[in-house]
Amino acid sequence: MPALKKLIASAVLGVAISATFAQAADRKAAVEQVSFGIDAARAGLWREATYRWERAVELDPTYAAAFNNLAIAYEQAGQFEKAKQAYQKAAELDPKNTYIKQNIDLFKEINDRANRQNAR
Amino acid sequence: MRTARTLASAAVALAASGCLTFIEVPIETPIRPKIDASPFSRVYVAGFLPGGTEDVDTNLETVRLLRSQLKNKGGMRIIEADVLPLTEAAKPVPGEGSPAAPPGASQSDPDKTVALAEADLPPYEKIFENKEYWKKVGEEFGSPLIITGSVLFTPHQRSGYVQKEQEVYDSFGRRSVVPVRTYMDRKGFILRPKFVFIDGRTGETLYTETFREEILYNAEQSTPALSSYFELMDRLLPSFLSTLSSQTIRGSRVLLK
Repeated sequence: MPALKKLIASAVLGVAISATFAQAADRKAAVEQVSFGIDAARAGLWREATYRWERAVELDPTYAAAFNNLAIAYEQAGQFEKAKQAYQKAAELDPKNTYIKQNIDLFKEINDRANRQNAR
Repeated sequence: MRTARTLASAAVALAASGCLTFIEVPIETPIRPKIDASPFSRVYVAGFLPGGTEDVDTNLETVRLLRSQLKNKGGMRIIEADVLPLTEAAKPVPGEGSPAAPPGASQSDPDKTVALAEADLPPYEKIFENKEYWKKVGEEFGSPLIITGSVLFTPHQRSGYVQKEQEVYDSFGRRSVVPVRTYMDRKGFILRPKFVFIDGRTGETLYTETFREEILYNAEQSTPALSSYFELMDRLLPSFLSTLSSQTIRGSRVLLK
């Protein structure tokens, strides 16, 4: 009986370790996508940047920076609803990040203006 | 000693890595126009009901200004036709509780329009609802998008406390700037334009927007009414232009790694 317990425990541990490794690998790949996206955005290639950050959030849906950047890309494209959702997700994942908060505040100003315009 | 050095280098490394985790980038956010002007190939800035002071011919000046702005920034073809004498066309029918036509409204000089008093404007503004009239105007110019409305430009006076910044020097000759509240008589103008966008094919109003801008100067300062008019119009032109063409708002955001 103790042998079975040991076996189960080691199996659980194995699964946990492999999951952690997989997560780490996903985060690493997501970080690469985010970096590439930043270079693209700085070169003015916003479509490429959007594609990279979309890949990054697929790879790692817990990566706040990727959601923040994706929100900026949507904002630049005038896709306000998508930008809003991505900013919300970024703030949810990293609520204390002042950069994300600052971006959201600036986005809100523009979004409110666009909404006023559409409401008329 | 070694510990302190290690801590210091760790702090430097952390600060350096921290610096690399965010990048400020410029962005340009597009905002869609308020109305879809794509069915129209041309725009006719027809004329405006002038109201308030007669120091500025707000009908003529507004037409000129909007035509030149739309030509330069709106990317639209502008119909350069005569300005409509809207006051004459909108004159309410006597006996219907409407005010009598203003003195000189039926004058023969078409270049000078007489400004209406603020209270007299509403009955004249009914012309914007007259679909048949605008349809006819539209037919004459090949069914363009018609821009019309009213422009009320009135002198204004206000007295009260204003906060100004004043230079002061302490006993050591050091300069500092402190806010000082002073009572002042001020005068200026209020500009209240109402822009009406009409479909030249049907005569229907597509969109209406009213603005209010105010400027006040020191009572001793003498600023020509025309300068004030342009200064106030300048403030609301971006909003006017955004009715027809998309706007780009420049700003910056922080990308994170």
